[in-house]
Amino acid sequence: MATAHSRSAARIMISPAVILLLGWMLIPLSMTLYFSFLRYNLLMPGTHDWAGFLNYRFFLTDPAFFAALKNTLILVGGVLAITIVGGVLLAILLDQPMWGQGIVRILVIAPFFVMPTVGALVWKNMFMNPVNGLFASLAKGIGMQPFDFLGEAPLASIILMVAWQWLPFATLILLTALQSLDSDQLEAAEMDGAGPLSRFFHIMLPHLARAITVVVLIQTIFLLSVFAEILVTTNGGPGYATTNITYLVYAQSLLQFDVGGGSAGGIVAVILANIVAIFLMRMIGKNLDI
Amino acid sequence: MARNVTKNRKLAMTVLAWAIGILIFFPILWTILTSFKTEAEAIASPPSFLFFDWTLDNYREVQERSNYFRHFSNSVIISLGSTILGLAIAIPAAWSMAFVPGRRTKDVLMWMLSTKMLPPVGVLIPIYLIFRDTGLLDTLTGLTIVLMLINLPIIIWMLFTYFREIPGEILEAARMDGAGLKAEIIHVLTPMAVPGIASTLLLNIILAWNEAFWTLNLTAAKAAPLTAFIASYSSPEGLFYAKLSAASTMAIAPILILGWFSQKQLVRGLTFGAVK
Amino acid sequence: MGHISLNQITKTFGNVQVIPPLDLEIRDGEFIVFVGPSGCGKSTLLRLIAGLEDVTSGEIQIDGRQATEVPPAKRGLAMVFQSYALYPHMSVRKNIAFPLKMAGMEKSEIDKRVEGAARVLNLTDYLDRRPGQLSGGQRQRVAIGRAIVREPAAFLFDEPLSNLDAALRVNMRLEISELHNNLETTMIYVTHDQVEAMTMADRIVVLQAGVIEQVGTPLELYSQPRNIFVAGFIGSPKMNFIEGDAVGHSEAAKIGIRPEHLNLSTSEGEWAGTVNVSEHLGSDTFLHVQTEKLGTLTARADGEFPVRHGDKVFLTPQEDKIHRFGADGLSI
Repeated sequence: MATAHSRSAARIMISPAVILLLGWMLIPLSMTLYFSFLRYNLLMPGTHDWAGFLNYRFFLTDPAFFAALKNTLILVGGVLAITIVGGVLLAILLDQPMWGQGIVRILVIAPFFVMPTVGALVWKNMFMNPVNGLFASLAKGIGMQPFDFLGEAPLASIILMVAWQWLPFATLILLTALQSLDSDQLEAAEMDGAGPLSRFFHIMLPHLARAITVVVLIQTIFLLSVFAEILVTTNGGPGYATTNITYLVYAQSLLQFDVGGGSAGGIVAVILANIVAIFLMRMIGKNLDI
Repeated sequence: MARNVTKNRKLAMTVLAWAIGILIFFPILWTILTSFKTEAEAIASPPSFLFFDWTLDNYREVQERSNYFRHFSNSVIISLGSTILGLAIAIPAAWSMAFVPGRRTKDVLMWMLSTKMLPPVGVLIPIYLIFRDTGLLDTLTGLTIVLMLINLPIIIWMLFTYFREIPGEILEAARMDGAGLKAEIIHVLTPMAVPGIASTLLLNIILAWNEAFWTLNLTAAKAAPLTAFIASYSSPEGLFYAKLSAASTMAIAPILILGWFSQKQLVRGLTFGAVK
Repeated sequence: MGHISLNQITKTFGNVQVIPPLDLEIRDGEFIVFVGPSGCGKSTLLRLIAGLEDVTSGEIQIDGRQATEVPPAKRGLAMVFQSYALYPHMSVRKNIAFPLKMAGMEKSEIDKRVEGAARVLNLTDYLDRRPGQLSGGQRQRVAIGRAIVREPAAFLFDEPLSNLDAALRVNMRLEISELHNNLETTMIYVTHDQVEAMTMADRIVVLQAGVIEQVGTPLELYSQPRNIFVAGFIGSPKMNFIEGDAVGHSEAAKIGIRPEHLNLSTSEGEWAGTVNVSEHLGSDTFLHVQTEKLGTLTARADGEFPVRHGDKVFLTPQEDKIHRFGADGLSI
């Protein structure tokens, strides 16, 4: 269905989107790249000296960078582990016959729709607060010392909050994938004498492999950019204990006004995200038959 | 006998699933309950679950002290505005790629997706500086544009996957029936794609509503939507649990309801059609 | 009016030329059928006429006017699609009215024409239903209704019956033929089914690999096929082809004989063989006969011809019905 007429119409109709996205990607990104080679601090107006790779050297040798890189990896890895394992189990559970399945599903999905700032503040104050939080009350109730979650185990606490928000996403996608599994296959396996465990490992898990990969990749993209949860709970602290790359770049550029250093950090973040993105795009691209 | 086993199993599954479901939902439930308590009851130990003096004072106070509805309307404006603007740009683009695919269509789609993968900190500084210099900082216009741009790839992709399910023959029939391009899109494609467009609208309102990087970094007071408003409770003032809960409940309630309606589309939208 | 002429048109997709230069005159008011195996380019040819695809070169004239560059909406042709392509969100009434609305016709006139078409097509009771609530045959009629209200210069049908079940297909075949008799408008009809072609067409265009193999009336194609391809494609069951020694005395590379032109006998005849499968249709019996030298031949016998698997029979071709083909595949 393509005539020269419709093809030229198509080109015109797609161009606003292409131009906007091209502008959105190229202009700021090239500015970031340019800034990253400058000695440029908003507190010292007028200085835009060429700095070469100085910013990168500072950023990449700063102990804060290593702390942030480590935290980023732990945060992403921790949340992925919890959400994938929990998601697979929950998806299988929700796929079982039961009463009130629709309502349970709604309950499980809810956290995904809670805005990150709300989720983080609720967890921080109402649950994890060592004096007034619900966990503290519970601990006191059974005669234990309240635990100062954000003080003693700040990163783990943030992982818990973020995992709570993303578990529904993983569950929902894995459940959708699971429901597309032909029940004949499972029944055939049952007829062939496969027990529940071997059915899980030989039929369900391979069927879910693709969905799990998609979940891992998409979550990674979003998890690399976790920001609000850190901002409203710990501000990256104590020390650098909960600073991830995103937060570090934010702090450097908008709190310390070091545009050059922040930009170098931004470019590093882009490179890290790209490594993940390439795999994700391969997967999606393979699935796209035009 | 076999029937009994299945029934017991079903009962066990029901109990287990409900227990886990309530556990996951509990933080939200607890927030909603706390919003109806007095501040003293909110931090009482042991906490009371249902038996307390229910009050609406917190909601009134949140509104009076911090003009909650202004932030609420900011959220509504930027999430609705960015989504509708995005749809207006995305519908023609998705039409092109779904019905007049060319050799480069796949590349264009993948490239659009790649812009979504760009971490926001990578462009934070330039956007911040551009906004500062053009006076867009802390304005609804600026936020609407940014949110539209970050969600545009998702909108295009979702529409593309929906449009592709519409048989091309129907559009050809419209052309044979004398419809020009505009009539074809307005009278035939759009009405047929209404369910898909509605899902796209819904999901993108949710994403825009909850977006918490740009809304936090590009607003101060004037244009602050609910994400930024709630973040202001992270200061010591936030220790007023009942008020925090009331504000939180109002911030998440509308989107929670919308979200429950869009569960199915969510999967498709967020996985770019890789899982259906 | 509905005179369409194709002048040296070609179509190339990428590097593949699906239609080599092709000429065809479609006369006003005739029912012409494009037939050929799938992938022969018949649908592409129809879409070129419709304007849904651009011709790569050559020109299309409709009623003497240059139409090569005219967009489909302005060619004054109506098309019925294989999938019916009804607008699912519109009622039957709105579906049929759509082309008139696009033409900017007045509401009262639209209503009049829609009612008229509905009466002709027995759709009056269904006007306010959605396409999803109709059966396949009714949908097909709505698609036809949408085409006839416009009073187009010509109707284009793209395999319109292939989604219907066998019984309905026979009915719709008749309805479309009747419609043609009443309207006397040019109809171009694409199908892969030679029975549809034979039963409906004034003239048939047999296509293979984008090339016109033969144009003619159904009976011309049946009795005087221009080459082996046409001979094999037209007629059911297929013509038997024989090559080798048996051809000998007829000065051809290959001869063909239709199953209905083989005389059968259980006692004597030119070619001996054993019955492999016999298909009893009631009116006819088709025998697949394994001969000694010529491979398997199909022959038609009376409905009551009493043979079964394994029986010995003799086949004798009717001399004047033998088709002779040269080494180049053309009829001699």
